[in-house]
Amino acid sequence: MADYDIIPINTLFQIPALKPGVMKGSAPFVAAPAHQQALGFPGELVDDWQARAIEKFGELLQKSRALKVYMDGCVKCGACTDKCHYFLGTGDPKNMPVARQDLLRKIYRRYFTFAGKYFPRLVGAEDLTKEVLDDWYSYFHQCSQCRRCSVYCPYGIDTAEISMAAREIMDHIGKGQKYSNEIIGKVHRIGNNLGLPEAALQNTLEGLEEDIEEETGVAVKLPLNVKGADILLVTPSADFFAEPHVDGLIGYAKVFHQAGISWTISSYASEAANFAMFIGSYEQMKMIAERIRKAAQDLGVKRIIFGECGHAWRVAYSFMNTLAGPFDFLDPRYPVPQHICEFTWDLIQQGKLTLDKSANDHMTVTFHDSCNVARASRMGDSPGGQFEIPRAIIRAVCNNFVDMAADTIRESTFCCGGGGGLLTDDLLEIRTKGATPRMQALQEVIEEHGVTHMAAICAICKSQFSKVMPKYGIGMDRIVSLHQLVSNAIVLEHKTNDWNTQQ
Amino acid sequence: MLSTVFAILFYLATAVFVVGLVYRIQLYARTPAPLKIPTTPAPVTQRGVVLRMFREVALFESLFKANKWTWLFGWVFHAAMLLVVLRHLRYFTQPVWTWVTWIQPFGTYAGFAMLAGLFALWGRRFLVERIRYISGPSDHLMLMLMIGIAASGLLMKYAAHTDIVALKAFALGLLHFNWQPLPADPLLLVHLSLVLILMLVFPVSKLLHAPGVFFSPGRNQVDNPREKRHLAPWAAALDANRPAAGGE
Repeated sequence: MADYDIIPINTLFQIPALKPGVMKGSAPFVAAPAHQQALGFPGELVDDWQARAIEKFGELLQKSRALKVYMDGCVKCGACTDKCHYFLGTGDPKNMPVARQDLLRKIYRRYFTFAGKYFPRLVGAEDLTKEVLDDWYSYFHQCSQCRRCSVYCPYGIDTAEISMAAREIMDHIGKGQKYSNEIIGKVHRIGNNLGLPEAALQNTLEGLEEDIEEETGVAVKLPLNVKGADILLVTPSADFFAEPHVDGLIGYAKVFHQAGISWTISSYASEAANFAMFIGSYEQMKMIAERIRKAAQDLGVKRIIFGECGHAWRVAYSFMNTLAGPFDFLDPRYPVPQHICEFTWDLIQQGKLTLDKSANDHMTVTFHDSCNVARASRMGDSPGGQFEIPRAIIRAVCNNFVDMAADTIRESTFCCGGGGGLLTDDLLEIRTKGATPRMQALQEVIEEHGVTHMAAICAICKSQFSKVMPKYGIGMDRIVSLHQLVSNAIVLEHKTNDWNTQQ
Repeated sequence: MLSTVFAILFYLATAVFVVGLVYRIQLYARTPAPLKIPTTPAPVTQRGVVLRMFREVALFESLFKANKWTWLFGWVFHAAMLLVVLRHLRYFTQPVWTWVTWIQPFGTYAGFAMLAGLFALWGRRFLVERIRYISGPSDHLMLMLMIGIAASGLLMKYAAHTDIVALKAFALGLLHFNWQPLPADPLLLVHLSLVLILMLVFPVSKLLHAPGVFFSPGRNQVDNPREKRHLAPWAAALDANRPAAGGE
């Protein structure tokens, strides 16, 4: 077991008393020179890092209105102070969003504002010292960029934007995070976070086809690199073999099978995740998004659909048109991209899926809104579709559905604790503590409504929960993919889809 | 002498206030927003954004979601201050506009509400541990400044009346560049000096939250990234290097 205390989840929810510095020591492994240089960043902390950091900061202030306005606008009203799951789980005051922001803001004031240049003590301006840099590295890697604080800020100040900027600055002075930067390098080199080459991917998908046929007796295909397919599916690479992710992938395959629409995965763009968002790099994020554009062009598809992944859906829905658009070469009748939930829900509404809800009768399900889906994207035509559509699907495939407490779902949802580039073992303590609010809300519906499973639509949430739930006495198998529920309920038919035989 | 000093100071403070604010606003307006980052669920039309911004600015919608006490104190303070400021238009208009006469009775009571709101907000900076932690000297000083302005104003209204007719002549004189003597009433001079300080620090302090909120991408962007390609000028240049279809 862990050698740190976590807040017991069966106690009444309380805002913790301040414990200054308690998480100061929590910092991820620093990126090795090779990982840094692969992305064009300095290999290690440069000698003139202070000057370079200030220079980069100044550049970002000119490139991003959000950063500029958010640096100026805070009045320290305190609205955000009790909203961050990492603060609620640790009590470290620097995990209060305003205090986290101030780690950067005090430097902004010192070097970029009149008041901070001439009256630093008065307005809390500070020189950029080694201590400040250490705080940056610790506490900007204790932010999962979930945007919960920004919902409550009267000015919409978004700590995600600020932690992204801070990480971008640190990358440019040679102090990057190993986990994110190593993974981004793999995507550039191979096409996915796991570094899974085409042959291995082919092998995995064939294995899954065999599993499905063995279990259902129906030949459901998971096609790879099929030119001329209608749909390109871009899904997080964790879907290829992590549990419970892979059950979701099987669900998408069954849905495509029943819809009778040709689809394919691309080995070149075999990753929905875009970790470049976590490090705040527009350029890196664009490079990864461009792979999807190129794959869609090379395969000649008509539509792009994304699998279950939270931050990936943010990048796809909110940024992909900007980064890699325009997608005028695709079928204009469909939004670009679409979420797999939008696709499945359309089919359900059209009555094109035969569903046996009783297949999920052994479960009472609740739904975890993933932060990036909830607060940084949308599904469907109207605001809030990102909350309604997944729930509508669950109700269509499952008889027993219960929501968690109102202040822990929808736009108020709590992060799983592992988002924003924190899903690494060197950050397990903060990940575990950050999961506390969600675990408390889950425990409540387990006790009061007999909830047995929590469904999610994010690869990071799924990995994080299966890792930390046992620390709270909740079995790791209680987290399921939303399309796993669809997969259970869907009644398969033998189809001789023309496109299946083209391979 | 006193009148001249204050007249010059008022012109100076007004210039700093206006120029500083215009500079800041054009800086916000000119800085590109490279990505679509509205906090969702967000409006899908420009009209919806105007409504969202109205709710944010007039009702403090997000703060209401966050903390009812902070919302109550903050909203009362701001609404009362607005009434008080509007009421003060009577000292700058001749004849006084009709609607300004109408709000006069509310405006005077609003002075008390403003003061109460300020003290409540200040109290939180001492009593709530989290807010105490994040409060710096400037946060306290700003509240003291506002309290000073409100208290000195109320004292003139209810305790030690100043020569309001002469003051109005002075104010109108400023507007028409026909300077008139300023009553040498200590309370009035305190009140006016604090207002001068407020105008001077406005463009270089956290008071920038007032114009800033209108430029917050989290609140002012339309949620339509799939329908409309959003592209900042500096980012558009990167499209030139995109990988071509076909080749590796």
